[in-house]
Amino acid sequence: MKTKQCQVLVVGAGPGGYVAAIRSAQLGLKTIIVEGERAGGTCLIRGCIPSKALIHAAHTFHNLAKHAKKDGHMGITIPGPAELEMSNLVGWKEGIVDRLNKGVEALLKNAGAELVSGWAVFQDAKTVKIGEGKDATLIQADHVIMAQGSVPIELPFMPFSEHVLSSREALSLETLPDHVVVVGGGYIGLELGITFRMLGSEVTVVEAMDSVLPLFDKELRRPLELFLKKNKIKVHTGVFAKGAEDAKGGKVKLNFIDKNEKDEKKMQHVIADKVLVTVGRKPASTGLEATGIALDERGYVKVNERCETNMKGVYAIGDLCDLGEMLAHVASFQGEMVAELIAGHKRAYDPVAVPAIVFTEPEIVSVGLSPDQAKEAGHPVIIGKFPLAANGRSLTQEAEKTGGFVRVVAREDDHRILGIQGVGTHISELVGEWTLALEMGAVLEDIAHTIHAHPTMTEMTHEGVLDTLGHAIHKM
Amino acid sequence: MGKFEFKLPDIGEGVVEGEIVEWMVAVGDTVKEDDPILSVMTDKATVEIPAPCDGTVASIVGEAGDILPVGGVCIVFDVDGEGNASEAPEPVAEKSAPVEEKAPVEEKTAPAPPAPELPPVATAPAAAPVARAAGTKALASPAVRQRARAANIDLQLVAGSGPAGRISHADLDRHIAGGAAAATPSMPMGGVAKVARNGTEDIKVIGLRRKIADGMMSSYSTIPHFSYFEEVDVTELEALRQHLNATRPEGAPKLTYLPFIMQALVKALAQRPECNALYDDDAGVVTRHQAINLGIATQTDRGLYVPVVKHVEAMDIWQSAAEMMRVTQATRDGKAGVDDLTGSTFTITSLGRLGGLGATPIINKPEVGILGVHNAKDRAVVHNGQVVVRRIMNLSSSWDHRVVDGHDGASLVQLVKSYLEHPATIFM
Repeated sequence: MKTKQCQVLVVGAGPGGYVAAIRSAQLGLKTIIVEGERAGGTCLIRGCIPSKALIHAAHTFHNLAKHAKKDGHMGITIPGPAELEMSNLVGWKEGIVDRLNKGVEALLKNAGAELVSGWAVFQDAKTVKIGEGKDATLIQADHVIMAQGSVPIELPFMPFSEHVLSSREALSLETLPDHVVVVGGGYIGLELGITFRMLGSEVTVVEAMDSVLPLFDKELRRPLELFLKKNKIKVHTGVFAKGAEDAKGGKVKLNFIDKNEKDEKKMQHVIADKVLVTVGRKPASTGLEATGIALDERGYVKVNERCETNMKGVYAIGDLCDLGEMLAHVASFQGEMVAELIAGHKRAYDPVAVPAIVFTEPEIVSVGLSPDQAKEAGHPVIIGKFPLAANGRSLTQEAEKTGGFVRVVAREDDHRILGIQGVGTHISELVGEWTLALEMGAVLEDIAHTIHAHPTMTEMTHEGVLDTLGHAIHKM
Repeated sequence: MGKFEFKLPDIGEGVVEGEIVEWMVAVGDTVKEDDPILSVMTDKATVEIPAPCDGTVASIVGEAGDILPVGGVCIVFDVDGEGNASEAPEPVAEKSAPVEEKAPVEEKTAPAPPAPELPPVATAPAAAPVARAAGTKALASPAVRQRARAANIDLQLVAGSGPAGRISHADLDRHIAGGAAAATPSMPMGGVAKVARNGTEDIKVIGLRRKIADGMMSSYSTIPHFSYFEEVDVTELEALRQHLNATRPEGAPKLTYLPFIMQALVKALAQRPECNALYDDDAGVVTRHQAINLGIATQTDRGLYVPVVKHVEAMDIWQSAAEMMRVTQATRDGKAGVDDLTGSTFTITSLGRLGGLGATPIINKPEVGILGVHNAKDRAVVHNGQVVVRRIMNLSSSWDHRVVDGHDGASLVQLVKSYLEHPATIFM
């Protein structure tokens, strides 16, 4: 058995782990990163990136349909309907994933971090074993950064199978299902559900809460709900999925029932080709017994504001830990922070605002406090809004077709910006300025007195702020 | 997991409440038994309360400046219930260090010094909190926050000059420079531009400062003070003092005027027992004390304290000098115990080198009198029909006119004057 020593051992090469490893190596620490599958993690291999690739393809396909109609669209006509070859689409997506995966490996190598392939089994908190028998490698480290990420939650009464998929399998389907039932109307379920719909599938959404995306307020959800309705995505809210069973013709039957209904005879069902279960993700914290690392009751590794666990020199970041949201950008930030902490820098996780984006059609973006949250926190609140329909750039790329607006929330007395939200096609690219505004402690006047380039969608941020101050220019 | 509620313990002396000086832990911190978690100020001294158990802080009650009743729940811990050894991480409990004794260390300017039992309150000198609603984070850009973190500066304590109180790099520079000599841009000619200033600084009156404020208010609003001034010719006393210092036994302290004044007071107060008394105005009883326990008002970098030299009547001049030095030094060092800070029957306040002609000292309630001592200076005076240079010291005194008549207070001062002008009589 080989033994390796290092100063920093990173377990898991997702967006938290690989960033931690690169930064750690940059800082001159001998760094080893262990990955059981492919460098890039959920985000890059089976999450954010592949789903965005499919979403883009779905948009393209969806838009081509308009040009295939009689008289076409915007003067462009194609002679017949566009055709989808699902396996080629998935292949194209894999090409992007491969490129990014190779890119991450090259970045690690270039920074001087050693990437070890294999499944790390913790012997104690600072030792992992990879492989078995005489080929096994033992890695001992002064500091350990746990970045194992998270996995989709499986419903106990509806285990994953050929017909019951998690997001992971849904992103690699070789044929387009005629009908997909999405269990769980959160952001993953809706992003994928809308993608399948745009590619041509029939889509049904089953959600236990009283609305889809219950974390966002009604005003923000409204354009999305209209899109779902217009595009004939059936949404059942306030119902519990009760299980899936095989149906005739290789199909699957999903049973569900009104959540207040006790009578099993009132069970409803829908027949589909695939059931996609997107009811959330849970930390991949199994197999840590040997480490003595403390977990909370939900299985997250307990950490403080520096991602330190109860064990000295052992850190946990990203989806695995109980600090911050389960988002790739949170994991990357924490990874970089922990590497610098180990190198002796003083760092802490103290963001003012963490941007959250839902890549549905239309997209929903939120950073900071919503009006309701701001009022609950006791702020004297003023709100301004600006619609995509009044923004030139939005019109030129048909972004206004799904409705949508930018909404600014600020304090009435000192004009400090508390939050900015938006909904609309392409709106996600605006979030950088919003987040920076909050982090910099901007007041309305900071944005009001900044020249925003024309013609861009960023002008809506400017106008939203002006509207908050009561004098938007392009609004009546 | 269980909850452990910890009640503010009886901190002694029939204390019924304490003021929070500082929470040394925050919600979510992991603590070990006996780690200091809270510093509470009682009547005269500050007590560090240790954690009663290992656990994680689930909630705390109150913030600095709030009053906690003895016996009231002040903190709740999440603890591992006894005997639930079946949990997986069990074997690690020993080798795993708690994440930290107090997590937000780097954001605190001055953790309380590792003081002995009952240390006096230690409020950080630089910690002048800026008016910022409780719970709101200081407004600053990520770069400013990172600079502050690296420099161990709590941004809550930095005044922000920007809109909405935003803290800029310049504000941080100013804070680091101690607020002094800040922001004076130099002019091309080498002169210094004078800048109009509009900033204000709100300082929360908490801890010792509030104790002082409450005590002064109570004394001044309930006691009808009358003040009486006199000048004392200490030429002969000065000669005696110089002689004693020149010939003092080895190891004996150098004598200032104060030990002589203390000894003179012993003689004078014995003849004016109404002046060495405590007045319980609720009960309507004046208690005259035979013991002469002299409070010595002492300025420290934390504020005003009154340590006490007890039983001066049983001391000679050297002992009273030594004991006075001990209690005042202990107080300045923050090491004086409750015993050294309580039990006075009369108080001396010496303005020392600051001098001054006269003052109207506030009585250290429930005492009935206080004597202010000003510095001795050579002055031209008429002495035996000649204008000569004599050494003159002014005395100021204040009295509780409810129980000390003008005649009595004045008589006490005249007795002291007489002893000091004829120093031999102090020792007869």
